[in-house]
Amino acid sequence: MFRNNYDNDSVTFSPQGRIFQVEYAAEAVKQGSVVVGIASKTHAVLVAIKRNAEELSSYQKKLFPIDEHVGIAIAGLTSDARVLSNFMKQQCLGHRLTYGRNMPVRSLVDMIGSKAQVNTQHYGKRPYGVGLLVAGVDESGPHLFEFQPSGMTEEMQAFAIGARSQMARTYLEKNLDAFAACGREELVRHGLKALKESLVQDRELTVENTSVGIAGVSKAEDGSTKVEPFKVFDGQDVNAWIESVADNKEGGAAEGEGMDVDG
Amino acid sequence: MDHRPQAWGRPRDDVYGAYDASYLQNSGPKTVTQSPVVTGTSVIAIKFNEGVVIAADNLASYGSLARFTDVKRLRVFLDSSVVGFGGDVSDMQFLDRHLNELAIDEAYDAAEPTPETPTSPGTLNAANLHKYLQKLMYRRRNDFDPLWNQILVAGLDAASKPFLASVDLRGTAFTSPSLATGFGSALAQPIMRKYAATEEDAARLTREQAVDVVKECMKVLFYRDARSLDKYSIAVVTKAGVELKENEQLERQSWAFAERIKGYGTQTV
Repeated sequence: MFRNNYDNDSVTFSPQGRIFQVEYAAEAVKQGSVVVGIASKTHAVLVAIKRNAEELSSYQKKLFPIDEHVGIAIAGLTSDARVLSNFMKQQCLGHRLTYGRNMPVRSLVDMIGSKAQVNTQHYGKRPYGVGLLVAGVDESGPHLFEFQPSGMTEEMQAFAIGARSQMARTYLEKNLDAFAACGREELVRHGLKALKESLVQDRELTVENTSVGIAGVSKAEDGSTKVEPFKVFDGQDVNAWIESVADNKEGGAAEGEGMDVDG
Repeated sequence: MDHRPQAWGRPRDDVYGAYDASYLQNSGPKTVTQSPVVTGTSVIAIKFNEGVVIAADNLASYGSLARFTDVKRLRVFLDSSVVGFGGDVSDMQFLDRHLNELAIDEAYDAAEPTPETPTSPGTLNAANLHKYLQKLMYRRRNDFDPLWNQILVAGLDAASKPFLASVDLRGTAFTSPSLATGFGSALAQPIMRKYAATEEDAARLTREQAVDVVKECMKVLFYRDARSLDKYSIAVVTKAGVELKENEQLERQSWAFAERIKGYGTQTV
Protein backbone atom coordinates (compact mmCIF):
# COMPACT_ATOMS: atom_id res chain seq x y z
CA MET A 1 0.00 0.00 0.00
CA PHE A 2 1.19 3.46 -0.81
CA ARG A 3 2.46 5.25 2.19
CA ASN A 4 3.20 8.95 2.47
CA ASN A 5 6.25 9.62 4.62
CA TYR A 6 5.48 13.26 5.19
CA ASP A 7 2.00 13.18 6.68
CA ASN A 8 2.67 11.85 10.16
CA ASP A 9 2.79 15.22 11.87
CA SER A 10 1.94 18.81 11.18
CA VAL A 11 5.47 20.17 11.53
CA THR A 12 7.28 18.40 8.67
CA PHE A 13 7.28 19.80 5.17
CA SER A 14 7.07 17.40 2.24
CA PRO A 15 9.78 17.87 -0.44
CA GLN A 16 7.12 19.67 -2.49
CA GLY A 17 6.72 22.20 0.31
CA ARG A 18 3.38 20.98 1.59
CA ILE A 19 2.23 20.12 5.08
CA PHE A 20 -0.13 17.21 4.59
CA GLN A 21 -1.76 17.23 8.03
CA VAL A 22 -2.93 20.78 7.43
CA GLU A 23 -4.28 19.84 4.03
CA TYR A 24 -6.10 16.86 5.52
CA ALA A 25 -7.67 19.17 8.09
CA ALA A 26 -8.89 21.35 5.24
CA GLU A 27 -10.53 18.20 3.81
CA ALA A 28 -12.40 17.70 7.08
CA VAL A 29 -14.07 21.06 6.47
CA LYS A 30 -15.38 19.74 3.17
CA GLN A 31 -17.01 16.80 5.00
CA GLY A 32 -19.28 19.16 6.90
CA SER A 33 -22.56 20.35 5.45
CA VAL A 34 -22.57 23.65 3.66
CA VAL A 35 -22.80 27.05 5.35
CA VAL A 36 -23.12 30.41 3.60
CA GLY A 37 -22.38 33.89 4.89
CA ILE A 38 -23.06 37.31 3.32
CA ALA A 39 -22.40 40.82 4.59
CA SER A 40 -24.11 43.97 3.38
CA LYS A 41 -23.69 47.57 4.53
CA THR A 42 -26.21 47.00 7.33
CA HIS A 43 -26.37 43.28 8.08
CA ALA A 44 -24.31 40.11 8.25
CA VAL A 45 -26.18 36.84 7.78
CA LEU A 46 -25.28 33.17 8.09
CA VAL A 47 -27.39 30.38 6.63
CA ALA A 48 -26.72 26.68 7.01
CA ILE A 49 -27.95 23.20 6.14
CA LYS A 50 -28.28 20.99 9.19
CA ARG A 51 -27.78 17.24 8.92
CA ASN A 52 -29.23 14.43 11.00
CA ALA A 53 -27.13 11.31 11.51
CA GLU A 54 -30.20 9.11 11.02
CA GLU A 55 -33.93 9.43 10.49
CA LEU A 56 -34.66 9.10 14.20
CA SER A 57 -32.08 11.60 15.45
CA SER A 58 -32.24 15.33 15.82
CA TYR A 59 -30.39 17.71 13.49
CA GLN A 60 -26.85 18.81 14.41
CA LYS A 61 -26.70 22.55 15.12
CA LYS A 62 -24.62 24.61 12.67
CA LEU A 63 -24.97 28.19 13.92
CA PHE A 64 -23.82 29.36 17.34
CA PRO A 65 -24.15 32.76 18.99
CA ILE A 66 -20.82 33.89 20.50
CA ASP A 67 -21.70 37.24 22.02
CA GLU A 68 -24.40 39.85 21.62
CA HIS A 69 -22.92 40.99 18.31
CA VAL A 70 -21.17 37.91 16.86
CA GLY A 71 -22.12 34.42 15.73
CA ILE A 72 -20.39 31.57 13.91
CA ALA A 73 -21.34 28.94 11.36
CA ILE A 74 -19.34 25.72 11.44
CA ALA A 75 -18.35 23.10 8.88
CA GLY A 76 -16.30 20.12 9.98
CA LEU A 77 -15.72 18.54 13.38
CA THR A 78 -18.37 19.90 15.72
CA SER A 79 -16.34 19.04 18.81
CA ASP A 80 -13.38 21.09 17.60
CA ALA A 81 -15.77 23.93 16.87
CA ARG A 82 -17.00 23.76 20.45
CA VAL A 83 -13.47 24.44 21.71
CA LEU A 84 -13.10 27.45 19.42
CA SER A 85 -16.59 28.68 20.26
CA ASN A 86 -15.94 28.51 24.02
CA PHE A 87 -12.67 30.37 23.52
CA MET A 88 -14.39 33.07 21.48
CA LYS A 89 -17.15 33.45 24.07
CA GLN A 90 -14.55 33.93 26.79
CA GLN A 91 -12.60 36.51 24.80
CA CYS A 92 -15.74 38.50 24.03
CA LEU A 93 -16.79 38.44 27.68
CA GLY A 94 -13.32 39.47 28.83
CA HIS A 95 -13.26 42.31 26.34
CA ARG A 96 -16.67 43.49 27.50
CA LEU A 97 -15.46 43.44 31.11
CA THR A 98 -12.24 45.42 30.53
CA TYR A 99 -13.38 47.89 27.89
CA GLY A 100 -17.16 47.96 28.27
CA ARG A 101 -17.84 47.47 24.58
CA ASN A 102 -18.46 44.79 21.96
CA MET A 103 -15.21 43.17 20.88
CA PRO A 104 -14.22 44.24 17.34
CA VAL A 105 -14.89 41.23 15.10
CA ARG A 106 -11.50 41.50 13.39
CA SER A 107 -9.52 41.19 16.64
CA LEU A 108 -11.68 38.25 17.73
CA VAL A 109 -10.99 36.43 14.45
CA ASP A 110 -7.29 37.27 14.64
CA MET A 111 -7.18 35.56 18.04
CA ILE A 112 -8.58 32.22 16.81
CA GLY A 113 -6.32 32.54 13.76
CA SER A 114 -3.25 32.74 15.98
CA LYS A 115 -4.56 29.94 18.20
CA ALA A 116 -5.08 27.61 15.24
CA GLN A 117 -1.75 28.44 13.63
CA VAL A 118 0.13 27.31 16.76
CA ASN A 119 -1.31 23.82 16.23
CA THR A 120 0.37 23.63 12.82
CA GLN A 121 3.78 24.38 14.24
CA HIS A 122 4.15 22.09 17.28
CA TYR A 123 4.99 18.42 17.19
CA GLY A 124 2.27 16.29 18.76
CA LYS A 125 -0.48 18.80 18.08
CA ARG A 126 -3.05 18.60 15.31
CA PRO A 127 -4.88 21.35 13.45
CA TYR A 128 -8.55 22.01 14.20
CA GLY A 129 -10.70 20.00 11.83
CA VAL A 130 -13.24 22.72 11.39
CA GLY A 131 -13.78 25.80 9.26
CA LEU A 132 -15.81 28.77 10.46
CA LEU A 133 -17.69 31.66 9.02
CA VAL A 134 -17.74 34.44 11.61
CA ALA A 135 -20.42 37.07 11.16
CA GLY A 136 -20.88 40.08 13.38
CA VAL A 137 -21.26 43.80 13.75
CA ASP A 138 -19.02 46.28 15.54
CA GLU A 139 -18.44 50.01 15.50
CA SER A 140 -17.05 49.82 11.97
CA GLY A 141 -20.17 48.03 10.66
CA PRO A 142 -21.10 44.46 9.70
CA HIS A 143 -18.33 41.95 8.98
CA LEU A 144 -17.97 38.44 7.62
CA PHE A 145 -14.78 36.45 8.16
CA GLU A 146 -13.64 33.05 6.99
CA PHE A 147 -11.49 30.91 9.26
CA GLN A 148 -9.57 27.82 8.09
CA PRO A 149 -7.80 25.07 10.08
CA SER A 150 -4.44 26.35 8.80
CA GLY A 151 -5.03 29.49 10.87
CA MET A 152 -5.77 31.56 7.82
CA THR A 153 -8.46 34.17 8.33
CA GLU A 154 -9.81 36.55 5.74
CA GLU A 155 -12.55 39.15 5.58
CA MET A 156 -15.17 38.28 2.96
CA GLN A 157 -18.15 40.01 1.38
CA ALA A 158 -19.78 36.63 0.90
CA PHE A 159 -18.52 33.07 1.22
CA ALA A 160 -19.50 29.44 1.55
CA ILE A 161 -17.65 26.48 3.08
CA GLY A 162 -18.51 22.81 3.48
CA ALA A 163 -19.66 20.00 1.19
CA ARG A 164 -20.39 21.04 -2.38
CA SER A 165 -19.89 24.67 -1.38
CA GLN A 166 -18.38 25.51 -4.79
CA MET A 167 -21.89 25.68 -6.25
CA ALA A 168 -22.92 28.17 -3.59
CA ARG A 169 -19.77 30.23 -4.16
CA THR A 170 -20.54 30.38 -7.88
CA TYR A 171 -23.98 31.82 -7.07
CA LEU A 172 -22.40 34.34 -4.69
CA GLU A 173 -19.81 35.42 -7.27
CA LYS A 174 -22.58 35.93 -9.83
CA ASN A 175 -24.61 38.15 -7.50
CA LEU A 176 -21.76 39.82 -5.63
CA ASP A 177 -22.55 43.36 -6.77
CA ALA A 178 -26.05 43.21 -5.34
CA PHE A 179 -25.11 42.29 -1.76
CA ALA A 180 -23.76 45.61 -0.41
CA ALA A 181 -27.09 47.40 -0.86
CA CYS A 182 -29.27 44.50 0.31
CA GLY A 183 -31.63 44.83 3.24
CA ARG A 184 -32.12 42.20 5.93
CA GLU A 185 -34.74 40.02 4.19
CA GLU A 186 -33.15 40.28 0.76
CA LEU A 187 -29.77 39.22 2.17
CA VAL A 188 -31.29 36.13 3.81
CA ARG A 189 -32.98 35.19 0.53
CA HIS A 190 -29.68 35.49 -1.35
CA GLY A 191 -28.12 33.24 1.29
CA LEU A 192 -30.85 30.62 0.99
CA LYS A 193 -30.64 30.68 -2.81
CA ALA A 194 -26.89 30.11 -2.61
CA LEU A 195 -27.59 27.26 -0.19
CA LYS A 196 -30.07 25.66 -2.62
CA GLU A 197 -27.47 25.66 -5.38
CA SER A 198 -25.29 23.29 -3.39
CA LEU A 199 -28.05 20.86 -2.40
CA VAL A 200 -27.89 17.34 -3.82
CA GLN A 201 -30.64 16.14 -6.14
CA ASP A 202 -34.01 15.46 -4.48
CA ARG A 203 -33.14 17.43 -1.35
CA GLU A 204 -34.85 20.63 -0.39
CA LEU A 205 -34.71 23.35 2.18
CA THR A 206 -37.12 22.50 4.99
CA VAL A 207 -37.90 24.03 8.35
CA GLU A 208 -36.10 21.05 9.90
CA ASN A 209 -32.79 21.37 8.07
CA THR A 210 -32.37 25.14 7.63
CA SER A 211 -30.82 27.62 10.05
CA VAL A 212 -30.55 31.38 9.63
CA GLY A 213 -28.45 33.75 11.78
CA ILE A 214 -28.62 37.54 11.53
CA ALA A 215 -26.75 40.45 13.07
CA GLY A 216 -27.37 44.03 12.05
CA VAL A 217 -26.46 47.59 12.81
CA SER A 218 -28.14 50.89 12.03
CA LYS A 219 -26.96 54.47 12.41
CA ALA A 220 -29.28 56.76 14.32
CA GLU A 221 -29.61 60.43 13.41
CA ASP A 222 -27.41 61.58 16.30
CA GLY A 223 -24.54 59.46 14.98
CA SER A 224 -24.92 56.69 17.57
CA THR A 225 -25.23 53.10 16.37
CA LYS A 226 -28.01 50.70 17.24
CA VAL A 227 -27.10 47.03 17.16
CA GLU A 228 -29.50 44.24 16.19
CA PRO A 229 -28.01 41.40 18.26
CA PHE A 230 -26.98 38.18 16.54
CA LYS A 231 -29.92 35.80 16.60
CA VAL A 232 -30.34 32.29 15.25
CA PHE A 233 -33.65 31.34 13.61
CA ASP A 234 -34.72 27.69 13.34
CA GLY A 235 -37.85 25.68 12.67
CA GLN A 236 -41.04 27.59 11.91
CA ASP A 237 -39.19 30.91 12.21
CA VAL A 238 -37.47 30.27 8.86
CA ASN A 239 -40.61 29.06 7.07
CA ALA A 240 -41.45 32.39 5.45
CA TRP A 241 -37.93 32.76 4.09
CA ILE A 242 -37.87 29.25 2.68
CA GLU A 243 -41.22 29.75 0.94
CA SER A 244 -40.06 33.04 -0.51
CA VAL A 245 -37.22 31.29 -2.35
CA ALA A 246 -39.26 28.24 -3.41
CA ASP A 247 -38.55 27.11 -7.00
CA ASN A 248 -41.93 28.06 -8.41
CA LYS A 249 -41.57 31.56 -7.02
CA GLU A 250 -39.28 32.97 -9.68
CA GLY A 251 -37.00 35.84 -8.72
CA GLY A 252 -37.85 35.59 -5.05
CA ALA A 253 -38.99 39.20 -5.09
CA ALA A 254 -42.48 38.24 -3.94
CA GLU A 255 -42.93 39.32 -0.34
CA GLY A 256 -45.08 37.64 2.30
CA GLU A 257 -46.26 34.09 2.70
CA GLY A 258 -49.39 32.02 2.37
CA MET A 259 -49.24 31.47 -1.36
CA ASP A 260 -49.93 27.91 -2.40
CA VAL A 261 -46.83 25.96 -3.25
CA ASP A 262 -48.50 22.81 -4.54
CA GLY A 263 -49.04 21.91 -8.17
CA MET B 1 -8.07 66.74 54.92
CA ASP B 2 -4.56 66.13 53.77
CA HIS B 3 -4.40 66.47 50.02
CA ARG B 4 -0.71 65.76 49.51
CA PRO B 5 -0.22 62.76 47.23
CA GLN B 6 2.12 61.34 49.89
CA ALA B 7 -0.87 60.91 52.17
CA TRP B 8 -3.11 59.15 49.65
CA GLY B 9 -4.01 55.63 50.65
CA ARG B 10 -2.61 55.96 54.19
CA PRO B 11 -4.70 55.67 57.34
CA ARG B 12 -5.21 59.13 58.75
CA ASP B 13 -2.93 59.76 61.72
CA ASP B 14 -5.56 61.92 63.44
CA VAL B 15 -8.04 59.04 63.33
CA TYR B 16 -5.89 55.93 63.71
CA GLY B 17 -2.76 57.30 65.39
CA ALA B 18 0.70 57.14 63.91
CA TYR B 19 1.34 53.99 61.93
CA ASP B 20 3.02 51.24 63.94
CA ALA B 21 6.13 50.46 61.94
CA SER B 22 6.65 47.18 63.81
CA TYR B 23 4.06 45.69 61.48
CA LEU B 24 6.47 46.24 58.61
CA GLN B 25 8.38 43.02 59.25
CA ASN B 26 9.44 40.38 56.78
CA SER B 27 6.49 38.20 57.66
CA GLY B 28 3.28 38.69 55.74
CA PRO B 29 2.79 39.31 52.07
CA LYS B 30 5.46 40.96 50.03
CA THR B 31 4.28 44.49 49.46
CA VAL B 32 5.86 46.53 46.74
CA THR B 33 3.90 49.61 47.77
CA GLN B 34 5.77 52.71 46.75
CA SER B 35 5.38 56.29 47.73
CA PRO B 36 5.26 59.10 45.22
CA VAL B 37 8.46 61.05 44.67
CA VAL B 38 8.04 63.55 41.87
CA THR B 39 4.41 64.63 41.84
CA GLY B 40 1.97 66.66 39.81
CA THR B 41 -0.83 68.54 41.54
CA SER B 42 -4.47 69.06 40.52
CA VAL B 43 -6.16 68.20 37.24
CA ILE B 44 -9.53 69.89 36.67
CA ALA B 45 -12.20 69.29 34.04
CA ILE B 46 -15.76 70.36 33.29
CA LYS B 47 -18.34 69.24 30.73
CA PHE B 48 -20.16 71.65 28.43
CA ASN B 49 -22.91 71.29 25.82
CA GLU B 50 -20.80 69.54 23.19
CA GLY B 51 -17.63 68.41 24.89
CA VAL B 52 -15.27 68.61 27.85
CA VAL B 53 -12.58 71.10 28.94
CA ILE B 54 -9.67 69.70 30.93
CA ALA B 55 -6.60 71.44 32.37
CA ALA B 56 -3.51 70.79 34.47
CA ASP B 57 -0.46 72.92 35.20
CA ASN B 58 3.00 72.06 33.86
CA LEU B 59 4.74 71.54 37.20
CA ALA B 60 6.31 68.38 38.62
CA SER B 61 7.26 68.89 42.27
CA TYR B 62 9.95 67.07 44.20
CA GLY B 63 8.38 67.28 47.62
CA SER B 64 7.83 71.01 48.07
CA LEU B 65 10.53 71.90 45.52
CA ALA B 66 9.21 73.07 42.14
CA ARG B 67 11.61 70.71 40.35
CA PHE B 68 10.38 70.47 36.72
CA THR B 69 8.38 73.30 35.16
CA ASP B 70 7.76 71.84 31.72
CA VAL B 71 5.98 68.56 32.42
CA LYS B 72 2.91 67.98 30.26
CA ARG B 73 0.28 66.15 32.29
CA LEU B 74 -2.46 66.03 29.68
CA ARG B 75 -2.18 63.22 27.16
CA VAL B 76 -4.18 62.77 23.97
CA PHE B 77 -5.43 59.25 23.21
CA LEU B 78 -6.35 58.26 19.63
CA ASP B 79 -7.06 61.91 18.69
CA SER B 80 -10.39 61.58 20.49
CA SER B 81 -9.84 61.49 24.28
CA VAL B 82 -7.65 63.30 26.80
CA VAL B 83 -6.22 61.73 29.94
CA GLY B 84 -5.08 64.04 32.77
CA PHE B 85 -2.72 62.72 35.43
CA GLY B 86 -2.31 63.86 39.04
CA GLY B 87 0.12 62.20 41.46
CA ASP B 88 3.38 60.41 40.73
CA VAL B 89 5.07 61.51 37.52
CA SER B 90 7.03 58.31 36.87
CA ASP B 91 3.81 56.28 37.13
CA MET B 92 2.27 58.77 34.71
CA GLN B 93 5.13 58.11 32.29
CA PHE B 94 4.59 54.37 32.66
CA LEU B 95 0.90 54.78 31.90
CA ASP B 96 1.73 57.05 28.98
CA ARG B 97 3.91 54.38 27.37
CA HIS B 98 1.29 51.74 28.16
CA LEU B 99 -1.45 53.81 26.51
CA ASN B 100 0.80 54.25 23.46
CA GLU B 101 0.94 50.48 23.07
CA LEU B 102 -2.82 50.24 23.54
CA ALA B 103 -3.35 52.87 20.84
CA ILE B 104 -1.12 50.97 18.41
CA ASP B 105 -2.95 47.69 19.07
CA GLU B 106 -6.26 49.45 18.57
CA ALA B 107 -5.08 50.94 15.29
CA TYR B 108 -4.27 47.43 14.04
CA ASP B 109 -7.78 46.25 14.87
CA ALA B 110 -9.39 49.31 13.34
CA ALA B 111 -11.27 49.06 10.08
CA GLU B 112 -9.46 49.37 6.78
CA PRO B 113 -9.14 52.99 5.69
CA THR B 114 -11.91 54.09 3.32
CA PRO B 115 -12.14 57.16 1.07
CA GLU B 116 -14.49 58.77 3.64
CA THR B 117 -12.18 58.08 6.58
CA PRO B 118 -8.63 57.90 5.21
CA THR B 119 -7.12 57.57 8.68
CA SER B 120 -9.00 55.38 11.11
CA PRO B 121 -7.43 55.78 14.55
CA GLY B 122 -9.64 53.11 16.10
CA THR B 123 -12.90 53.07 17.95
CA LEU B 124 -11.85 52.96 21.60
CA ASN B 125 -13.75 55.93 23.07
CA ALA B 126 -13.26 57.76 26.35
CA ALA B 127 -15.76 55.54 28.20
CA ASN B 128 -13.94 52.40 27.01
CA LEU B 129 -10.58 53.92 27.95
CA HIS B 130 -11.79 54.88 31.43
CA LYS B 131 -13.13 51.38 32.04
CA TYR B 132 -9.79 49.92 30.97
CA LEU B 133 -7.78 52.28 33.21
CA GLN B 134 -10.07 51.45 36.13
CA LYS B 135 -9.41 47.72 35.70
CA LEU B 136 -5.67 48.42 35.38
CA MET B 137 -5.52 50.57 38.53
CA TYR B 138 -7.58 48.08 40.56
CA ARG B 139 -5.39 45.20 39.39
CA ARG B 140 -2.25 47.07 40.50
CA ARG B 141 -3.82 47.89 43.85
CA ASN B 142 -4.56 44.19 44.38
CA ASP B 143 -0.92 43.42 43.63
CA PHE B 144 -0.02 45.85 46.46
CA ASP B 145 1.80 47.78 43.75
CA PRO B 146 -0.50 50.69 42.96
CA LEU B 147 0.12 53.32 40.34
CA TRP B 148 0.09 56.43 42.52
CA ASN B 149 -2.13 58.60 40.35
CA GLN B 150 -5.55 60.07 40.20
CA ILE B 151 -6.64 60.21 36.59
CA LEU B 152 -9.32 62.16 34.76
CA VAL B 153 -10.53 60.86 31.39
CA ALA B 154 -12.26 63.40 29.13
CA GLY B 155 -13.87 62.71 25.78
CA LEU B 156 -17.06 61.33 24.26
CA ASP B 157 -18.94 58.12 24.99
CA ALA B 158 -20.43 55.60 22.53
CA ALA B 159 -23.45 57.85 21.94
CA SER B 160 -21.10 60.80 21.22
CA LYS B 161 -22.21 62.52 24.43
CA PRO B 162 -19.61 64.36 26.56
CA PHE B 163 -17.88 61.95 28.95
CA LEU B 164 -15.85 62.78 32.04
CA ALA B 165 -14.75 60.31 34.70
CA SER B 166 -12.13 59.77 37.35
CA VAL B 167 -10.16 56.77 38.57
CA ASP B 168 -7.67 56.74 41.43
CA LEU B 169 -4.83 54.59 42.74
CA ARG B 170 -7.32 52.14 44.30
CA GLY B 171 -9.38 51.73 41.16
CA THR B 172 -12.25 53.77 42.55
CA ALA B 173 -14.15 55.21 39.60
CA PHE B 174 -16.87 57.83 39.36
CA THR B 175 -18.24 60.48 37.04
CA SER B 176 -19.58 63.98 37.53
CA PRO B 177 -20.35 67.05 35.38
CA SER B 178 -17.13 68.53 36.79
CA LEU B 179 -14.17 66.80 38.40
CA ALA B 180 -10.93 67.81 40.07
CA THR B 181 -8.07 65.80 41.56
CA GLY B 182 -5.80 66.54 44.51
CA PHE B 183 -6.05 69.98 46.13
CA GLY B 184 -8.33 70.97 43.25
CA SER B 185 -11.11 68.87 44.77
CA ALA B 186 -11.17 71.37 47.66
CA LEU B 187 -10.34 74.60 45.78
CA ALA B 188 -11.63 74.25 42.21
CA GLN B 189 -14.53 71.82 42.53
CA PRO B 190 -16.81 74.24 44.49
CA ILE B 191 -16.27 76.93 41.85
CA MET B 192 -17.03 74.56 38.97
CA ARG B 193 -20.15 73.28 40.77
CA LYS B 194 -21.51 76.83 40.77
CA TYR B 195 -21.63 76.61 36.97
CA ALA B 196 -22.41 72.93 36.47
CA ALA B 197 -23.99 71.36 39.54
CA THR B 198 -25.94 68.84 37.43
CA GLU B 199 -25.69 67.23 34.01
CA GLU B 200 -28.51 69.54 32.84
CA ASP B 201 -26.50 72.60 33.91
CA ALA B 202 -23.44 71.29 32.09
CA ALA B 203 -25.48 70.69 28.94
CA ARG B 204 -26.39 74.39 28.95
CA LEU B 205 -22.80 75.64 29.28
CA THR B 206 -21.16 76.91 26.11
CA ARG B 207 -17.61 76.11 25.19
CA GLU B 208 -16.50 79.70 25.95
CA GLN B 209 -18.13 79.63 29.39
CA ALA B 210 -16.53 76.29 30.23
CA VAL B 211 -13.07 77.46 29.17
CA ASP B 212 -13.48 80.64 31.24
CA VAL B 213 -14.51 78.65 34.34
CA VAL B 214 -11.51 76.34 33.98
CA LYS B 215 -9.12 79.26 33.51
CA GLU B 216 -10.58 80.95 36.58
CA CYS B 217 -10.10 77.74 38.57
CA MET B 218 -6.48 77.43 37.40
CA LYS B 219 -5.91 80.96 38.70
CA VAL B 220 -7.45 80.18 42.10
CA LEU B 221 -5.31 77.05 42.29
CA PHE B 222 -2.17 79.05 41.54
CA TYR B 223 -3.09 81.58 44.22
CA ARG B 224 -3.74 79.04 46.95
CA ASP B 225 -2.02 75.72 46.11
CA ALA B 226 1.67 76.01 47.00
CA ARG B 227 2.56 73.12 44.63
CA SER B 228 1.17 74.79 41.52
CA LEU B 229 2.46 76.82 38.59
CA ASP B 230 1.16 79.66 36.42
CA LYS B 231 2.10 77.74 33.25
CA TYR B 232 -0.53 75.18 32.32
CA SER B 233 -1.99 72.94 29.61
CA ILE B 234 -5.62 73.08 28.56
CA ALA B 235 -7.50 70.82 26.17
CA VAL B 236 -10.99 71.01 24.66
CA VAL B 237 -12.47 67.71 23.47
CA THR B 238 -15.43 67.75 21.07
CA LYS B 239 -16.74 65.63 18.21
CA ALA B 240 -14.37 67.57 15.96
CA GLY B 241 -11.38 66.23 17.90
CA VAL B 242 -8.95 67.49 20.53
CA GLU B 243 -7.54 70.99 20.75
CA LEU B 244 -4.60 70.87 23.13
CA LYS B 245 -2.57 73.93 24.15
CA GLU B 246 0.42 73.04 26.31
CA ASN B 247 2.10 76.36 27.12
CA GLU B 248 -0.61 78.63 28.44
CA GLN B 249 0.20 81.42 30.88
CA LEU B 250 -2.20 82.55 33.62
CA GLU B 251 -3.44 86.02 32.73
CA ARG B 252 -4.70 88.98 34.73
CA GLN B 253 -3.41 87.81 38.10
CA SER B 254 -4.20 90.00 41.07
CA TRP B 255 -2.44 89.35 44.33
CA ALA B 256 -4.09 92.26 46.14
CA PHE B 257 -6.01 89.82 48.31
CA ALA B 258 -2.73 88.50 49.71
CA GLU B 259 -2.18 91.56 51.88
CA ARG B 260 -5.28 90.77 53.87
CA ILE B 261 -4.15 87.25 54.71
CA LYS B 262 -2.73 87.07 58.19
CA GLY B 263 -1.88 84.41 60.71
CA TYR B 264 1.04 82.56 59.15
CA GLY B 265 4.67 82.16 60.33
CA THR B 266 6.06 84.68 62.78
CA GLN B 267 3.47 87.27 61.89
CA THR B 268 1.12 88.13 64.74
CA VAL B 269 -2.45 88.99 63.98
